[in-house]
Amino acid sequence: MSGRDPGDSGWFRYADPTDIDAAATVINEETAEQPQDWPAEAVRAGIVESEDDYYEALHAATVHATREAVRERETSTEQQLHHSISAMDDAERTANELAERAVEWAGSLAGGDGREPPADGIDGARAVAAWTPETPAEERVVSLAERVVDLDAERAALRSFVESHAPTVAPNLAAMAGPVLAVRLLSLAGGLESLARKPAGTVQVLGAEDALFAHLEGRGPSPKHGVIFTHEYVRGTPPDDRGSAARALAGKLAIAARIDHYSGAFKQSVHDDLDDRMATIRDREGGE
Amino acid sequence: MTPAPTATADLPPGIQRRRFDGRERFATRGERVYGEPRDEEGWRAWDAGRSKLGAMLELGMDPGFDGDDGVLYLGAASGTTVSHVADFAGPTYAVEFAPRPTRDLLTVADARPTLFPLLKDARAPETYAHVVEAGLDYVVQDVATRGQATVALRNRRFLAPDGRLVAAIKARSEDVLADPDDVFADALDDLRAGYEILDTRRLDRFHDDHLAVVAQPRPDDVL
Repeated sequence: MSGRDPGDSGWFRYADPTDIDAAATVINEETAEQPQDWPAEAVRAGIVESEDDYYEALHAATVHATREAVRERETSTEQQLHHSISAMDDAERTANELAERAVEWAGSLAGGDGREPPADGIDGARAVAAWTPETPAEERVVSLAERVVDLDAERAALRSFVESHAPTVAPNLAAMAGPVLAVRLLSLAGGLESLARKPAGTVQVLGAEDALFAHLEGRGPSPKHGVIFTHEYVRGTPPDDRGSAARALAGKLAIAARIDHYSGAFKQSVHDDLDDRMATIRDREGGE
Repeated sequence: MTPAPTATADLPPGIQRRRFDGRERFATRGERVYGEPRDEEGWRAWDAGRSKLGAMLELGMDPGFDGDDGVLYLGAASGTTVSHVADFAGPTYAVEFAPRPTRDLLTVADARPTLFPLLKDARAPETYAHVVEAGLDYVVQDVATRGQATVALRNRRFLAPDGRLVAAIKARSEDVLADPDDVFADALDDLRAGYEILDTRRLDRFHDDHLAVVAQPRPDDVL
């Protein structure tokens, strides 16, 4: 607010305080370096008649502004996370596919001039990207490998976006499942509200729909786990106890999602409960 | 029958000791918020186990409230504590960063005309300095973020020269592995850049690994 009377930076200066939508936009979007005695300023400027009137207008304006801001943040962050995790998976799949092609191609060009044939996967593509191309064919394969490296960097950036934003949407779920798995569960369920309404048994097999329906049609065993398989508590448990581990984890994840939706506060006890339960399961001798 | 409330020295008329289920507790007068007991005169018990400010009062700390104080509350969460503050104090600005608890805070604010909710980041006071007034009597801080002392220093601009910072410092938010005593010593050191520490007390009886701090802005510093 350089060069202006500092009293001019109050929220009520930008919009008619009785125009609730305009006032909400100002409250949510404007800034000021230093606070002033706003109630007195508003009276002095003739915007309100008394400080009581000022506080009445301020109450209506802040409640409205904050309700709008909450609605926007709640719906948009979930949406952004949903898109990010899908984009992250797409980037990973595509990077692997192109890496395989680049490595196979580069392997056919290596050897002649003392170059090592590249290793498989993204690491191999990274090595190829560092080559200095000497022929038109090498130019193409190096360029392709560079794209793979860039795509892999994009995947990593998407992952860190998911990791930093998942806790604001679902602090308990993100802490328990890890941010990436938390967002996968949210995406599969169709949002936090809908995940919070699902029974633990459904959470346990989210992502294993094919196996579940095969089982329901009598074509296979019931799936023990869906995407929660990626969790250390399931994957790191011996196969005989994995069903119990998946059941225990899913139960607590369902509770975490409900706490996130209905309260939003971090609750340490649910995390401690799960850790205790897992310790018990893993202490068993030779499974069930 | 409700027995006559006990007179408690130094408390504003809006905070009283009242008897609930045979036990005397602090209480403020207002609409019920979190399922706390409420008597027929509208006094509702202030749960020290759920509110760090409530715990400070219960442990005998005296922030010096006088009844019409202007308050900036940082880390209002779903409004458990700030509802009591708005019941006894004057204009009360409630800043909370997470959208979900703010939804509940809005319900609390609906029933309290002098409670002004703001969905803002307490680490960035310039995003609400055009709304929150200067010269406030209290900044009450309960933010579970790393850098709690920095938050207090940045929000000093809202305090009157004789205003008070009342903060609950959570050790685990700074460093889960460090000894809480070390974390508290570091936080107090940082706070001294802008505040004079008047009183500290561990809240462990009600809240694990929390240190309550009452401080006043240092007069020798120009904002």
